[in-house]
Amino acid sequence: MFLWLIPILPFLGFLINGLFGRRMPKSMVNLFAIGSVTLSFLWAVKTLVGLSPLETKYIEHYFTWIQSGALNISIDFAIDRLTAVMLMVVTGVGLLIHIYSIGYMADEDGYYRFFAYLNLFMFFMLVLVLAQNFLVLFVGWEGVGLCSYLLIGYYFLERFATNAGNKAFIVNRIGDFGFSLAIFLVVRQFGSLDFTKVFDAAKPMPTETSAGILTTICLLLLVGAAGKSAQIPLYVWLPDAMAGPTPVSALIHAATMVTAGVYMTARSATLFTHAPIAMDTVAVIGLATAFFAATIGLAQTDIKKVFAYSTVSQLGYMFLGAGVGAFSAGIFHLMTHAFFKALLFLGAGAVIHGLHGEQDLRQMGGLFKHMRITAITLLCASIAISGFPFTSGFFSKDAILVAAYERAPWMYWVGVLTAGMTAFYVFRAWFLAFTGEYRGHAHPHESPLVMIGPLMLLAVLSIFGGFINVPHWLEPMFGERPENQTLAWLSAGVGVIGIATAYLFYVARPGMADGFAKAMNGLYTLVYNKYFVDEIYDAAVVTPVVKGSRIFLWRGIDAGLIDGIVNGFGSRSRGVGNILKLLQSGNIRSYAAWVVLGSVLLLLAIGFGGATR
Amino acid sequence: MTALIFFLFASIAVFCGISLVTQTHPIASALSLIGVMGSLAILYLQLGGEFIAAAQVIVYAGAIMVLFVFVIMLLNAGAEGTSLQMSNFAKYAGIFVLAAFLGLISFVIQAMLPKTEGVVFGAFQGGTALNIGRKLFTTYLLPFEVTSVLILIAILGAMVLARREI
Amino acid sequence: MPTSVPVSWYLILSAILFGLGVAGFIYRRNIITVFMSIELMLNAVNLTFITFSYTLKQVDGHIFSFFVMVVAAAEAAVGLAIILTVFKNRETLMIDDVSSMKY
Repeated sequence: MFLWLIPILPFLGFLINGLFGRRMPKSMVNLFAIGSVTLSFLWAVKTLVGLSPLETKYIEHYFTWIQSGALNISIDFAIDRLTAVMLMVVTGVGLLIHIYSIGYMADEDGYYRFFAYLNLFMFFMLVLVLAQNFLVLFVGWEGVGLCSYLLIGYYFLERFATNAGNKAFIVNRIGDFGFSLAIFLVVRQFGSLDFTKVFDAAKPMPTETSAGILTTICLLLLVGAAGKSAQIPLYVWLPDAMAGPTPVSALIHAATMVTAGVYMTARSATLFTHAPIAMDTVAVIGLATAFFAATIGLAQTDIKKVFAYSTVSQLGYMFLGAGVGAFSAGIFHLMTHAFFKALLFLGAGAVIHGLHGEQDLRQMGGLFKHMRITAITLLCASIAISGFPFTSGFFSKDAILVAAYERAPWMYWVGVLTAGMTAFYVFRAWFLAFTGEYRGHAHPHESPLVMIGPLMLLAVLSIFGGFINVPHWLEPMFGERPENQTLAWLSAGVGVIGIATAYLFYVARPGMADGFAKAMNGLYTLVYNKYFVDEIYDAAVVTPVVKGSRIFLWRGIDAGLIDGIVNGFGSRSRGVGNILKLLQSGNIRSYAAWVVLGSVLLLLAIGFGGATR
Repeated sequence: MTALIFFLFASIAVFCGISLVTQTHPIASALSLIGVMGSLAILYLQLGGEFIAAAQVIVYAGAIMVLFVFVIMLLNAGAEGTSLQMSNFAKYAGIFVLAAFLGLISFVIQAMLPKTEGVVFGAFQGGTALNIGRKLFTTYLLPFEVTSVLILIAILGAMVLARREI
Repeated sequence: MPTSVPVSWYLILSAILFGLGVAGFIYRRNIITVFMSIELMLNAVNLTFITFSYTLKQVDGHIFSFFVMVVAAAEAAVGLAIILTVFKNRETLMIDDVSSMKY
């Protein structure tokens, strides 16, 4: 079936654009970039059609990578139903974003470099999704982290962009450390990293009621997922990652890379279900992140930051779903979130593009008459994310919340409150941008078709995508999920209340928001400054490490000790040489005297050495 | 008879040696050296080394020392200021130390070699040109050839060093 | 006076001559005189070779002595050529004045 073609085609696009793109005209760069992703998407579709109905996993074995003692790791790609969902999301949404980028990045320097990195990202993400063992997944995991760094720091001449790229990579790295430890423990426990072997070995193991090996593995996997998918406490990189171009935010930080953690958790479901303590930790962290990020999103003024915190919040929902055992619901929400979050970001990008770079919501307003299509598509995304009845977000979010109620009712109520806040801040952004009077100074205009087209397609998917019954499709893997109509309609109702509240604050009575902010000044400042988390991390972790390295490791050990030893050798040799040079007096008679002295010593040595009797 | 000749020429050799070391003018030293070589040739003869005695006189005293004398005359080397730059104390103490050292050496050598043996003129007949030639061209052929190359190098070296710079 | 001379006395004579050579080598300042002291040392060694050749009743000592003579000749030739060159450049025969190789 040639599964390897799916990732390799974007990789070829990366090579061609990366090596030769500088000298190629834009049309050729587009051809290779878009063409490779399109071919990859079509090949994925063909493979899935050929493999349907995919009752069992289809594995292709390529070659052995590491053979060391009893450990045998090979490069395998596999497709099962979970991979199929991920493949469609990654290639499909990826393709739409590639097309959109043609218009968005048209005036940027280094056009070819953007598409090269984007193709490289697609390659690594597809490797991650198709992987059949933990190590190949980790390769893809690291690779997408690398591409995220490259793309966040795309405007590398700006200091804040490169800092953001560094932050993303370093915080990811902390998560990767946890993931590496988990991999080591898996090898130690199961002797292999292959998914089939590990999960078959884990199935008969008893469910752990206290901390055991499986709990440890799952908690470490959670650390890795928290880094990649921006959960507490490693979410701090994602808002800063908005320094990159908007298509990057849409693709990597909304639809695909950040979902890698959820995918990995769903893939390791067998391990997690045997470790309830870890599952509860996942659920609690997911819920806390969802609530926490939503509160921050209420007060942000940069449109991309609002959506960034929204992403963090929705990822928390996905982890909540995984943590309460509703893995299929988590994956379902992953898919619908890809649709409407990508649309939100791309729409925001269209707005920013139309305003020639303005991102502050306070400088927007009344844009509806200038960018009708953008506004309508963003409206579709907003009602989807709010869980408006029968939109995609309604089905996916409620699958999660119902499962949460089954686990613990208080989780359900917190989730519903968060859903209300989600609806509020999304519509706050929409109203501030598109209604009222225009408060800025630019000349807003609609974006070209190449950008509008993907927006429209994603809008359709956001509204009607909920009818793709992913949980049913994933039933053979994760089991049936309960349904509860009352709870579903209740959360939808809360969503509508959120929309109405936003309407009240920003359209009906515009001054109310400012009044509230002044009334709760302390709380507002706290939320507006993201609870000062970045500042706390800086003071508690970053500054001590930097100072320690600079003073102790650099000046103390490297310059002082190591350089001192090496230089010491040199000066010691010079000192010895200074003493030995005194022999060279230039006086021939002293040389003669030394010769005689040497011969006398030699004679003494021979005489007393026993050469004579 | 053997003893008389030995003592006579031994004392001549030692006397010439002391004169070589203490004379101021180089020519006097050169002539002393010729004296040493001559007496040593007699002593070789006594020990049965007739070929070596002849070679000593012809090569050493006859060629090398002539070369020395030529060079001294060429350089017009005059007498040194003071031949031995030492204080009086060092001079006399040095003689005493030297005598003591030599006495010690003599004692050691006497103790090592059996005293019954005495030198008899004619006891060793192997030092003829025939024997030397036989040994030289069979066992010691390689050193012989190498030495000839050595002489060649010395000739070339001397010519290069002594030519006039143009 | 004994009629025959012990062999060891030849060796003692050789030692005396060698010691005189060493003394001249260290204490004289004229280059040519130093050179002649070296020749004296070589002669002393030749006497030792011949003496032992007599003692062991073999002719090998004579051959060693022969080689010593040849090498001394070569050395004298080259050494005197060097002395000539030094004299041409430095106008002096005192070895204390030829000390520009000081560190």
